[in-house]
Amino acid sequence: MARLIRSPKDFWAGLLYAGFGAAAVLIARDYGMGSGARMGPAYFPTVLGSLLFLIGAASIVRSLVVRGEPVGAIAWKGLLLVTAGTVLFGVLLRPAGMIAAIAVLVLVSAAASAKFRCEWQALALMALLIAFCSLVFVKGLGMNVPLVGPWLGG
Amino acid sequence: MDLLANLGLGIATAATAVNLLYCLLGVFLGTAIGVLPGLGPVATIAMLLPVTFGLPPETALIMLAGIFYGAQYGGSTTAILVNLPGESSSVVTALDGYQMARQGRAGTALATAAIASFFAGTVSTFLIALAAPPLSEVALKFGPADYFSLMVLGLVASIVLASGSLLHAIGMIVLGLLLGLIGTDVNSGTARFDFEMKELADGINFVVVAMGVFGLGEIIANLEAEGTRSLVVSKIRGLMPSREDLKRIVAPVLRGTALGCSLGILPGGGAMLSSFAAYSLEKKASRHSAEFGKGAIEGVAAPEAANNAGAQASFIPMLTLGIPSNPVMALMIGALIMHGIQPGPSVMSEQPALFWGLVVSMWIGNLFLLVLNLPLIGLWVRMISVPYHFLYPAILVFCGIGVFSLANTQFDVYLMALFGVLGYVFRKLDCEPAPMMLGFILGPMMEEYLRRALLISQGDPLVLVRRPISATLLAVSAVALVVVLLPALRRKREEAFQG
Repeated sequence: MARLIRSPKDFWAGLLYAGFGAAAVLIARDYGMGSGARMGPAYFPTVLGSLLFLIGAASIVRSLVVRGEPVGAIAWKGLLLVTAGTVLFGVLLRPAGMIAAIAVLVLVSAAASAKFRCEWQALALMALLIAFCSLVFVKGLGMNVPLVGPWLGG
Repeated sequence: MDLLANLGLGIATAATAVNLLYCLLGVFLGTAIGVLPGLGPVATIAMLLPVTFGLPPETALIMLAGIFYGAQYGGSTTAILVNLPGESSSVVTALDGYQMARQGRAGTALATAAIASFFAGTVSTFLIALAAPPLSEVALKFGPADYFSLMVLGLVASIVLASGSLLHAIGMIVLGLLLGLIGTDVNSGTARFDFEMKELADGINFVVVAMGVFGLGEIIANLEAEGTRSLVVSKIRGLMPSREDLKRIVAPVLRGTALGCSLGILPGGGAMLSSFAAYSLEKKASRHSAEFGKGAIEGVAAPEAANNAGAQASFIPMLTLGIPSNPVMALMIGALIMHGIQPGPSVMSEQPALFWGLVVSMWIGNLFLLVLNLPLIGLWVRMISVPYHFLYPAILVFCGIGVFSLANTQFDVYLMALFGVLGYVFRKLDCEPAPMMLGFILGPMMEEYLRRALLISQGDPLVLVRRPISATLLAVSAVALVVVLLPALRRKREEAFQG
């Protein structure tokens, strides 16, 4: 199988397009198609989804014919930690408050860097960032988020 | 004179103390964030957009425009000093600018960039003032079918001008169009692609997509190739170019400005294409062509003039037709809509103060750039020297807070994380995210115009070719698409993008 695919980037991109296109067409079947004169909610998505599916198919065909570069190593650590940090930030922001949410996001995402050490400069910068955000966004712009949330007794 | 009266109105709007202050603040913040490597104008504007929500529309737009050319200029500073272009439009500036910096002429290179940008900005501001009124008068005659075809042309042009594979550019546009349709269908009230989540009923906010794809995705990609930054900070002295230097940059600046103004109006054109084209042109036209790549001052002046002219000229289709020609303009349109202003030809007649205030503020902003940036170079250098592993967690925090504050919901933060992953995947697969952003903004508009056009014609799709304006626009799109598929031109296009 792997030998058949001569351009992995085209192959995976094609799969992505075809997947999104097919999903759009299938989901849109639940909505009304309408007619040409009165386009229903399913009309435009169905046309676009079919088009995207065809583009994906073309890209997959091309990946079998034209030689291309390999995808290359994936930065799993960066991908996981940056995403996890962001999601945790969203989870914590209301119940634990802004101070804790920022601290978690900074520490989790910074761990993705090979150069990050938990040294005093890093912690001082984080404290500065927290102070800045608390002052500007919560106190200054009146953002509706507690500094210390109910989970931490705020 | 109409023009004088209009400019007078613009000056009266832009030169109030509040608006001047926000223009200055925008330029300053834009430059400060733009100099940070790996943060281009799109991410910068998306990050700072929530700050402008509380302002009146004129002030907000003036500030956003200031952020835009500030970020643009900041990117050039980074390109010259670190050989790390902050954004795609300063890639070519890095070629000769960094070489000049290594020869101890960093000050001259930065000053040249500033002067070239200022000149180009002045010319293109006048171009907007002259070209916008007649264009929007034409646009007022457009029917729904014409608008639909105009958007098709815009999307086709962005395919032609995209730098990567054509197939992927088309794929990304269609994907963007589809993503734009998420949410409640205005006509029938059906919630589409909402996966039973009420947060998706209003659709996805474009800021969430922009920050995820251009902010988070970029950070993950940057973490792959960490390290390798070599800053040239051997004392920056001798800011002013010598008389000899000035003489050498006159013609390149003029050529770059002309090129930028004409390419910038094209949908999908704008700053990046202009700078690439200007560099190639200069390399052929210059008497010093042997010096290119080794620190030729022309190689800084021409692309810098072109990218600023192109950046500013891309406001023309946005302001007169309500159609974004690049992701930055898509963000501007989003900002207008959030302030309750429907972008399009009527903006000029219904909101003259906003329109002309913005035009005049562009020139003022460029002036600020010139006088502000040269003395502040020391500060920018210090900002560039902040190590990336200190920087990106802070960027993430600002993205998180910004996205949350759009609608005060953590759902948008999760969605941003999802688009961050998608953005990284797109990068790994060489799929450019910029055409997707265009599609995302245009998706709902195209559907609505097509629906209206077909309603009027009672379902006859031939209406698109029966109306002369629409037919012309579609014909131009078809020709552009065919031409770009011809093998001979494809090679040329690839050459152009390699500078």
